[in-house]
Amino acid sequence: MAPESLGQIFLSAALANNFVLAMFLGLCPFLGVSARMNTAFPMGLASSFVMLVASLCAYGLNLLLTMFQLEFLRLISYIVVIASAVQLVEMFLKKTSPALFRALGIYLPLITTNCAVLGVALFQTAREYGFLQSLAFCFGAGAGFTLALVLMASVRERLQLSNVPGVAQGTALSLMLAGLLSMAFMGFAGLGG
Amino acid sequence: MSNLSQSGNFDEFMEGLWRQNPVFVMVLGMCPALAVTVSAVNALAMGFATTFVLVCSCLLVSLMRKIVPKEVRIATYIVIIATFVTVVDYVIQAVSLELYEALGAFIQLIVVNCLILGRAEAHASKHPPFVAATNALGMGIGFTLGLFALGGVREILGAGKLFGVSLFGTHFQPWVVMVLPPGGFFVLGVWLLLFAALRRRKASRLAAQGGGHGA
Repeated sequence: MAPESLGQIFLSAALANNFVLAMFLGLCPFLGVSARMNTAFPMGLASSFVMLVASLCAYGLNLLLTMFQLEFLRLISYIVVIASAVQLVEMFLKKTSPALFRALGIYLPLITTNCAVLGVALFQTAREYGFLQSLAFCFGAGAGFTLALVLMASVRERLQLSNVPGVAQGTALSLMLAGLLSMAFMGFAGLGG
Repeated sequence: MSNLSQSGNFDEFMEGLWRQNPVFVMVLGMCPALAVTVSAVNALAMGFATTFVLVCSCLLVSLMRKIVPKEVRIATYIVIIATFVTVVDYVIQAVSLELYEALGAFIQLIVVNCLILGRAEAHASKHPPFVAATNALGMGIGFTLGLFALGGVREILGAGKLFGVSLFGTHFQPWVVMVLPPGGFFVLGVWLLLFAALRRRKASRLAAQGGGHGA
């Protein structure tokens, strides 16, 4: 495989292989906090930050584990790093913006179990990205995740004003919407490969 | 007395299988549910792997529920789950490399399946081992059924096949979008609609009977 350029990796992770809409990673927060714009955007940023920390740590850890031939501990050590990073973000938010902290509620600690975060770490390991490539990849993934959340939140805010049949309210409708967004994102196929 | 406890266990089992089905009712663990269900075989494999991890983790969590301090319980659960997922990961890799490549990173991503952590926290940490394992088994099989319902429909519509066997002959035009990402969202959306409609009908029937016998 030819080495991909950094821009390619970024575009691919953000648009063509968008983490939420094409790879189905991080669906729980996507469906959970996308009802309103003022929680969706901070949530996207918080997740992106955790992704950044997780990706950097995963890169270092992977080097270390490969050196000692302890690859079977990879999964366990990644998840512990992510859990600590989430704890950090949680304390930071609690201190700086208690209102936002309450609004995000249970979904904040749940970033630990956000597959998008672990996904970034696992995919960069599987694809054997170098340091800069990992960085581009995790920025792309974070941008893509935030973009998907914001798009979804804006559509859902509009929907609150419209008349929806009772059966379709809730998750079913959100999934249909996600399907439409996902179809739109398929238009990016080929961008960055 | 024994009869009563038996029906209790059956209830625990059925809770996950039907009433609280993880896919269609609780909508938990969606990421693997949508990502790997492009074919029925993948869906079943993912379902069984998840069931194994779920049952083992819930059993262990339930056994350790009195030793683990409350402050570090989530971290403990995650490490337990990650251990079993590593086991499953290596087993699948050893048994079928083809399947391993088809499922890709999603086997390792079982760790962050909210269903497992959710059950460990909400059920297994409060119940004795046998009850927890039974409940987890029900949830696991319910999850597998849900995945199969998604994977089956997507494979039939998107490739005209089921388990790789062609169903419609040569004139069938595959509905390709169904095996692409949007198809996953659409199929799950339609299933949820169906279940919501069923629940509504049942509720209105019960109301008409004056809340008679229940289901």
